[in-house]
Amino acid sequence: METILSLLIGGLFAAGIYSILRRSIVKLVIGLIMLSQSVNLLILTAAGLTRGNPPLLPKEGFVTGQGYADPLPQALVLTAIVISFGVISFTLVLLYRAHQKLGTDDLDKMGESDQ
Amino acid sequence: MFSIYLMLIFFLLTPLVSPLFKFFKEKANWVLAVFPALFFISMMMMIPTIQYGPKIISLQWVPSIGVNLDFVFDGLSILFALLVSGIGILIFIYAGSYLKNHPLISRFYVFLFIFMASMLGLVLSDNIILLFIFWEATSISSYLLIGFDHENPEARKAALKALLITGLGGLSLMAGLILLGSITGSYTISGMNPVTANSPLYGLTLFLILLGAFTKSAQFPFHFWLPGAMKAPTPVSAYLHSATMVKAGVFLLMRLNPILGGTADWHLWVTLAGTTTMLTGSVLTLGQKDMKGLLASTTIIALGILVTLIGLSTSLAAKAALVFLLVHSLYKGSLFLVVGIIDHETGTRDITKLHSLTWVLPFSAFSAVLAAFSMSGFPPLLGFISKELLYEAKIQAPSAGEIILITGFLANAVNVTVAALIAIKPFLGRKKKISHHIHEVPFSLWLAPFLMAVAGLLFGFFSDSLGRLIISPALAVIHAEPTVVKLKMWHGVNEVFLLSVITVLTGIIFYFLYPQFIRMAGKLSRLRRFSISTIYERFLTGFQKFSYRVTVFLQNGRLRYYLMSVLIAMILLVLLFIFPFSEIEWKLEITDIYFFDLALVVLILIAAALVLFTSSRLTAIVALGIIGYGVALIYALYGAPDLAITQLLIETLIVILFALVIFRLPNFRSFSGKLTRWRDAFIALASGAVVTILTLKAGSLQFHPNISGYFLEKSYREAYGKNVVNVILVDFRALDTLGEITVLTVAAIGVFALLKLKRKQK
Amino acid sequence: MYPLIFRITSRYLLPIFLLFSLIVLYQGHNAPGGGFIGGLLAATAFIMSALAYGGKTARKKLKFNPATLVMLGLLTAVFSGILSLLKGDPFLTGLWIHIHLPLIGELHLGTPLLFDLGIFLTVIGITLWISFGLLEENE
Repeated sequence: METILSLLIGGLFAAGIYSILRRSIVKLVIGLIMLSQSVNLLILTAAGLTRGNPPLLPKEGFVTGQGYADPLPQALVLTAIVISFGVISFTLVLLYRAHQKLGTDDLDKMGESDQ
Repeated sequence: MFSIYLMLIFFLLTPLVSPLFKFFKEKANWVLAVFPALFFISMMMMIPTIQYGPKIISLQWVPSIGVNLDFVFDGLSILFALLVSGIGILIFIYAGSYLKNHPLISRFYVFLFIFMASMLGLVLSDNIILLFIFWEATSISSYLLIGFDHENPEARKAALKALLITGLGGLSLMAGLILLGSITGSYTISGMNPVTANSPLYGLTLFLILLGAFTKSAQFPFHFWLPGAMKAPTPVSAYLHSATMVKAGVFLLMRLNPILGGTADWHLWVTLAGTTTMLTGSVLTLGQKDMKGLLASTTIIALGILVTLIGLSTSLAAKAALVFLLVHSLYKGSLFLVVGIIDHETGTRDITKLHSLTWVLPFSAFSAVLAAFSMSGFPPLLGFISKELLYEAKIQAPSAGEIILITGFLANAVNVTVAALIAIKPFLGRKKKISHHIHEVPFSLWLAPFLMAVAGLLFGFFSDSLGRLIISPALAVIHAEPTVVKLKMWHGVNEVFLLSVITVLTGIIFYFLYPQFIRMAGKLSRLRRFSISTIYERFLTGFQKFSYRVTVFLQNGRLRYYLMSVLIAMILLVLLFIFPFSEIEWKLEITDIYFFDLALVVLILIAAALVLFTSSRLTAIVALGIIGYGVALIYALYGAPDLAITQLLIETLIVILFALVIFRLPNFRSFSGKLTRWRDAFIALASGAVVTILTLKAGSLQFHPNISGYFLEKSYREAYGKNVVNVILVDFRALDTLGEITVLTVAAIGVFALLKLKRKQK
Repeated sequence: MYPLIFRITSRYLLPIFLLFSLIVLYQGHNAPGGGFIGGLLAATAFIMSALAYGGKTARKKLKFNPATLVMLGLLTAVFSGILSLLKGDPFLTGLWIHIHLPLIGELHLGTPLLFDLGIFLTVIGITLWISFGLLEENE
């Protein structure tokens, strides 16, 4: 499955990049969302996948040789998901505000506005 | 111990300088001079102890990487510390009067304080990293002091020049010191074993360290920053750029002589640099009219002499270097300060315009004459002993003695000329000719040059105890073998003495020929365009133009071009490094593939395509939601329930927020042409492919499999939690999480501020 | 503007969601859940009612200013770390007390749980701060 998930990661990454390269500000935010999904999946996949078996220990605590899914990338990704929420909402509001102020949704024209 | 704390406290005292000036007003310089005086006394008190070998004091700082506050008190460090703090006292007193009523005088003292503390730290450091930190601090404070007159573009330019040259050397020095540390396995100089020339990295280490020392001590071809540094107020020129800071390179060579010195490479390069510098300095000196310029170029000569002597590596040469270093600091400091007084009173430093000043500035005249005698090497001053030693050392030089001797002879003759020029020319003349606007300066101004000149005389009388108490222990440090130093006034009429006499005569002949030199220099001034300073300036201008063009090209203000250059660079670099793709496992066995997962992946990819190509905003939002929930399902399938839940909730929130905003934005529009879209699609697909390859590559690597095992094992036993992910978040890596929620808070404040901004404007 | 059925469901769902989020927070140390998830759940509940009644009403229902919640949360998290400093351990070292209860069994209480509570409050605060802001912008 790693190969297939890697293809998915690459696909989402490409979609995100393509979207960010557009000049429309809305597409920029959409691209950012897809990009962060792709990167989150990447962290999880790169550390090795385990189907099922979440890192929840049985009642007695740790038992060796159970083949748990790796908890560390999960902790990283959990953080990343929540952070991406902050980043995306900030970008969204920033661009929204910029659009209101400058009256354009074309990134190139926004760049010219402060010159 | 007390003195170390005192030195460190100097740094902390700097904020107090300004209030002190408010409180004590014009007497503040006397109050401030108490600090170097305290340090000076504490150093004096240590002199008896250093006769029995070095004393090392160590305070822990970053022990894990070998960086500690290690300080060493031995002959060499005490000699330098005494010089720095002793001259510091006088400069502190002098500068108060010199810059009287200057609006930024307290800032000047702050810089001076920082310099003095760093210089003391530099000479007392035993740890090479610590030494480097102080070394850089002296460069920076020198920069600030040269550019003190910051409204003058020339001063700013000179300051930048000094900073760039010494900063370049500083970087090289850092690399050299780190190499040295890794070769010897120790970051303390006292803990290092000598590095032999056979060591594979010896050549590189030596080169890097010498580059650092040579830039700081203004050796050829880096000498040109020093004349520029004369743009600083004169007390700074006296203190930093002749008496102390420029000697830091010499100090470093002396300090590292037992470790790196004694090899053929060392002899060759150090002597070569020193001799060339002597010669350059001599040529630069003749024909100058500015008294400060004369002193600056003779300082270059003096530094050349010092470096040459260290390169000779004989015990006698080291002795000569130490004595000359002390003598030079005293007479040069004194002469600089006298020139400062003259400049202060008459408003000019042009040697051809000044005369008859003895009648109004008797103390300055006396100091100048005394210092000039020391500079020319007349008995009974210490300068005489130093010059005798210089010649003796050069005659006994192991190789290339003739060249060194001839260059040294020329350098000394030029010194005599300059001494005569400064001590005789401005002061000689009739009383009537003197302008009525010139008055005798206050006590606080003439005291410093006077004391320095007298010190040169006193050391000449008490040369015996000077040699025994300070020079001898310092010599033991440099050469790592104990030597008894006897400083004697009279050696009898031998070849050295004859050489001295001829030197003085030549110097006097030069003095009388000086108007010719000035005329010649005027004719030769066209040659300046080939000087190293000009090359430096051309290079700097060219470099600025180049960086401007690069910046304009790269920083074009369009986000997607930034992104494209980053992406293309990433694609090329990654492909270059993992090109054969041999280590990547393409796991594609049917047994490994689950139908449900595969369907999910396909669904997400379709949704992604839909997001890209739809023109309806609602469709885009729904498709984004599908991607998010799909990814959440993948998390759930691969053993990450926490992630799945979080992703679901966040996705819901993002979709809601997006829906709130998106309908206030215009409909999707396409701004770009077909060609652009194909180009972007190509870049996007290529970067996607690289990410896929990287993911696969990462899957075939295993670094440290133990970390997660550790978390799994300790999670319940030590943190009483069975959900290991949560335990990592709130216990093992709680600090990271704290950082994260702080970042989130900042983002929320940003959003709030952006929204609030609008409301206010309405 | 706001559909009736949405309003009525959200009125009853809000307390249930809040209770649920607290449970998720508490059990998070041993089962899926924790401060982040609990916080997001609680915030979602409030956002739902905000969508039903409008931002101003929901803000009143919350009784707290979201910014206050954020501050409270951060302070709780930092406080849980400072406790270990007082004991002489590094910042944020977990401290635990173990209580034997006759019926429930052994109960572990520690500063990491307090830290999780801090995350919970911060996440609610941040999410609501952003969402209410955008909602009010829309009104």
